Amino acid sequence: MGAPAVPDATGHFGRFGGRFMPEALVAALDQLDGAWREARVDPAFTAEFDRLLREYAGTPSMLYPATRLSAEVGARILLKREDLNHTGAHKVRNVLGQALLTRRMGKRRIIAETGAGQHGVASATAAALFDLECVVYQGEVDTRRQALNVARMRMLGATVVPVTTGSRTLKDAMNEALRDWVSTVDDTHYLIGTAAGPHPFPELVRDLVRGIGVEARAQCLEATGALPDAVAACVGGGSNAIGIMHPFLDDAEVRLYGFEAGGDGVGTGRHAASISGGGVGVLHGTRTYVLQDDDGQTVESHSISAGLDYPGVGPEHAWLHDSGRATYRAVDDAAAMAAFRQLCRTEGIIPAIESAHALAGVVAVVPELTAALGREPTIVVNLSGRGDKDMHTAAAYFDLLDTEGGPR
Amino acid sequence: MTLADTFARTRAEGRAAVVGCMPAGFPTVEGSIAAMTAMVEAGVDIVEVELPYSDPVMDGPVIQRASDIALAGGVRTADVLRIVEAVAAAGAPVAMMTYWAPVEKYGPDRFARDFAAAGGVGLITPDLIPDEAGEWLAAADRYDLDRVFLVAPSSTDARLAMTVGHCRGFVYATSVMGVTGARERTSSAAPALVARVRAADPAIPVAVGLGVRDGDQAAAVGGYADGVIVGSALIRCLLDAPDEPAGLAALRALSADLAAGVRRSPSGRAAAKVQA
Repeated sequence: MGAPAVPDATGHFGRFGGRFMPEALVAALDQLDGAWREARVDPAFTAEFDRLLREYAGTPSMLYPATRLSAEVGARILLKREDLNHTGAHKVRNVLGQALLTRRMGKRRIIAETGAGQHGVASATAAALFDLECVVYQGEVDTRRQALNVARMRMLGATVVPVTTGSRTLKDAMNEALRDWVSTVDDTHYLIGTAAGPHPFPELVRDLVRGIGVEARAQCLEATGALPDAVAACVGGGSNAIGIMHPFLDDAEVRLYGFEAGGDGVGTGRHAASISGGGVGVLHGTRTYVLQDDDGQTVESHSISAGLDYPGVGPEHAWLHDSGRATYRAVDDAAAMAAFRQLCRTEGIIPAIESAHALAGVVAVVPELTAALGREPTIVVNLSGRGDKDMHTAAAYFDLLDTEGGPR
Repeated sequence: MTLADTFARTRAEGRAAVVGCMPAGFPTVEGSIAAMTAMVEAGVDIVEVELPYSDPVMDGPVIQRASDIALAGGVRTADVLRIVEAVAAAGAPVAMMTYWAPVEKYGPDRFARDFAAAGGVGLITPDLIPDEAGEWLAAADRYDLDRVFLVAPSSTDARLAMTVGHCRGFVYATSVMGVTGARERTSSAAPALVARVRAADPAIPVAVGLGVRDGDQAAAVGGYADGVIVGSALIRCLLDAPDEPAGLAALRALSADLAAGVRRSPSGRAAAKVQA
């Protein structure tokens, strides 16, 4: 009867996923899995999660018809405005859910990894709200690139630990968080920021953020009277993408697109496109597509978007790629920044550079979609975050400021 | 010499075995061969060669730094297998500690074949639990390699029994909840964990790792375990030395101290036998 459940009881999406983790952490992963299985069917838990999402995070986020952008790209573009959520991204959904679970498990401390600082800020926010101790690991390189987010996290009461091992970026922050967790697992929850890592994280994070897609599906039906022709999102670890895609998986007529960070171009080797330009391997507890060399050593990723700058991807995306249900393509830095400017100028919306990858990908696929359908397509794009955090990068890229940082 | 032979010998001598860990290719390919050979000559019973990996989440700063040096020096998996072959010639059994990613990339069956051909006796897999180890278990059987999984103080009785059931050679008991690295004191949780392993399987040797730094601590751990695993403290001998000869001298001295340490206290198992 139908397709087998994914993931299976031990967290496998076909050949992907699973648990490649030290035995010392298995008890905690089992505890988390059990707590989530109970909580997800506990009306008190789901009611509180719903209330927080509504009253605190500001969801459901709007589905906005971007008419000027639509006219320019030749498609009906509906933007899922996750950028308007509290803390400015979809990530607040995940941290609120996991903070609730932390309290439910009786733990008093959370740790998190962060690249650009968005997940760190979201975690620090939830920790403040739930009165939890919070330690955020961030690569030393990123703490310098994203000093404002370091200040935000500290303002919210979190401890930020600059990570000086390895490449001193997101993957090393994740290594350091795992090392902390092995030592502190009794009273600490590791609040992973994306739908990756060992089971149950890919499934847990997906379930916490899939409200994005549930809302978008209902909103699209209400606004247009039909399902969209396509749903698009950017993919780093892939939580915003799996969140919006998952409720559409059974709608066979809805095409699903994930746009990875192509950096300087997949052909250059300097990119973060694990599916488009990587291979199958094991990283951070899961089997998935990763960027690695011939010996299985992790290769550094490159993207103008710090939030997509990770050499792996959530295992469910790997599975959706293999099964053909979703299509993954790379969008390079230049195309993403062009789309970034286009949304600013057409709609007065400054997107996260991450989300600009989804917009750029959509611009690129409109011609083939139009040809396949024989009409203008309707496309739901997950505008996963706002771009305030990226103004330093944008100012440098578009040469908006003089060298002292003042107006030209 | 197999792991089983070695533990049979150390048991007959009424003591625990010293298991010494060193990343392959640290400080160089030749330097690591010299270091591990020196360890064996100075009394280390079993060599644990660590395959350097870019993301070693179970390792503390010392092993990570040594691994980074090895990788920065360009060591490849093929070099590591050559190192295994050279170190095996020193006479002690050579096991390999490796994260799963490099083995998966190499191909578990091909890795097992080439590792066995190089004279290696088994793998210690810090991030591979038996639940995910189907391919490795089959390859280990095919090439007659031992497989050493880790147990932790947090392991449930059911998981501990399952994990011990899949171990061959010895069981690696992580004495503290934490990453590798020498500590002021070894853990009080370790004797209880060793006892739990013995309850699950009275026959298989149990080695305790994470935290041992000198002969006195080795003597203490050797009082209740079959093997004493030492890594970071040995690596520090090389990291802290002004030059290679001084590093090798320190390494020999510590290896000898550890070997003397395990001979100072009768092993828990032997002591229990004497009392009986």
